[in-house]
Amino acid sequence: MTLNQMWVAYMTIVRKETGRFLRIWPQTLLPSVITTTLYYVIFGAFIGSQIQAIGGFTYIQFIVPGLVMMAVITNSFSNVASSFFGAKFQKQIEELLVAPVSPFVVVAGYVTGGLLRGLLTGALVLGVALFFTHLTMHSIFLTVAFIFLTALLFSLAGMVNAIYAKKFDGISIVSVFVLTPLTYLGGVFYSVTMLPPFWQKVSALNPILYMVNGFRYGLLGISDVNVTGSFIILVILSGVMLGLTMYLFKTGRGLRT
Amino acid sequence: MAAALTIHNLKKTYQSGVQALKGVSLEVAEGDFFGLLGPNGAGKTTLIAIVTGLSNKTSGTVAVFDYDITTATALAKASVGVVPQEFNFSIFEKVIDIVCDQAGYYGIARAVALPRAEKYLKLLGLWEKRNEIAMCLSGGMKRRLMIVRALIHEPKLLILDEPTAGVDIELRREMWDFLRKLNAAGTTIILTTHYLEEAEQLCKRIAIINNGKIVSEGLVKDLLGTLAIETFIFDLVTPLTEANEKLVAQFGVKKVDQDTIEMMVQQGESLSDAVAALSRLDIQVRSMRNKSNRLEELFLDVTKKPV
Repeated sequence: MTLNQMWVAYMTIVRKETGRFLRIWPQTLLPSVITTTLYYVIFGAFIGSQIQAIGGFTYIQFIVPGLVMMAVITNSFSNVASSFFGAKFQKQIEELLVAPVSPFVVVAGYVTGGLLRGLLTGALVLGVALFFTHLTMHSIFLTVAFIFLTALLFSLAGMVNAIYAKKFDGISIVSVFVLTPLTYLGGVFYSVTMLPPFWQKVSALNPILYMVNGFRYGLLGISDVNVTGSFIILVILSGVMLGLTMYLFKTGRGLRT
Repeated sequence: MAAALTIHNLKKTYQSGVQALKGVSLEVAEGDFFGLLGPNGAGKTTLIAIVTGLSNKTSGTVAVFDYDITTATALAKASVGVVPQEFNFSIFEKVIDIVCDQAGYYGIARAVALPRAEKYLKLLGLWEKRNEIAMCLSGGMKRRLMIVRALIHEPKLLILDEPTAGVDIELRREMWDFLRKLNAAGTTIILTTHYLEEAEQLCKRIAIINNGKIVSEGLVKDLLGTLAIETFIFDLVTPLTEANEKLVAQFGVKKVDQDTIEMMVQQGESLSDAVAALSRLDIQVRSMRNKSNRLEELFLDVTKKPV
């Protein structure tokens, strides 16, 4: 395929994926907005007013970056996982497998769909936060870099999950039993410095901790972990996940009999 | 002239250990209308899945218009259009989007795909349904939609895996006409079907696959010529008398009921001799027909032999 043909194929997948999540926005975009609004109200306004400032910021200001990242992680992952697994389950993936489109273009198309949903939901959640508090922008570059890389990483993770999954349970199990606990324990609602030393060391094994803190640093300028190290970890994880996705796709694992 | 499809010693063993193809070799000439027949589980769909990139081969070579599917994958895929056995499009999308998106996967811009989609949707009677969600289409319409989708990149080789399954007779005939015209215009067609009448009507050449091996291959008329015996059913003007019943039994004629008899005619024997023999016994024939489709007899003959 020529570059122009590859671009047409890529844009076809992106348009299809974007159209899908926008068409069913009450299922895709709205839940995160409602859930985080409740978090803002309960943990921010009601309980947060009783909690002392963390790193010089009110509790609601402290949790906003984590809640935005939580929405980005959940939406990027679930968009690709459910859409790609759905296509596999209903055999629509055959439309792509019989075409001369390269595996990279297919992966890029689906991942872009996940990335766009993640970023759009993140933007909505951030927008809602402005009704409850004011926010600062410490570094626009780090803010954008962390949110972009996180959405990319979890879009790729969603694809790997969809490739391996044999039933819809295989998608929900990862989301419920792996992703949600890691996100909640990734420093969204608290600073890891509040934890006993042992649990601080355990938390350091959680990759989501670095994403949440990196993004929080971009917005507020405070972080529990080294930001440069976090950025490097995120770049490496994204590269590894991209390599794994490409390998699985090229070998036809879970796609071709 | 390049062969449309060249398969050499193709083997496929699934992870479960099932050996679906046991060394299939096949060549389909450009412009042919080729029938791939075989009982359920014979390996037809596996073979098509390998050619179209839906399944990995275990060993052997496959080339589409001389493009090897392993080393020149994109070029091989661009030359093939496939109509699968099962519906595999999103039922929540509009007909026109299903077709144009498929064009997009082949790198064809929507502006180029739209007039092409109009042409094929009109040819297959779906243009009025272009803005309907695929879920609202009837079974026959969904089958035709899959043909349009397979043709949107104008492939030189079209593979149809049981395209008329569950389609009513009138529509089936319309689809036959369409496929004949398509073939006459230069598209090579490979068809798998369980309707042997369909294969006999449409195909120039056929291959019969059984237990993962090709058991018979050639021109339809040549293969039918190899049939040793044909069975005919005769409907009689007057019911068979007891005396006549005994007489015809001596000639190997089987009584079906009082007004119907069944007679086997050996290859080389004249059918008029058989009718004349009945006439001499004062048995008048009202009508006559083949007991089964001739290709059906050949099919049963070659697939029941141990491989």
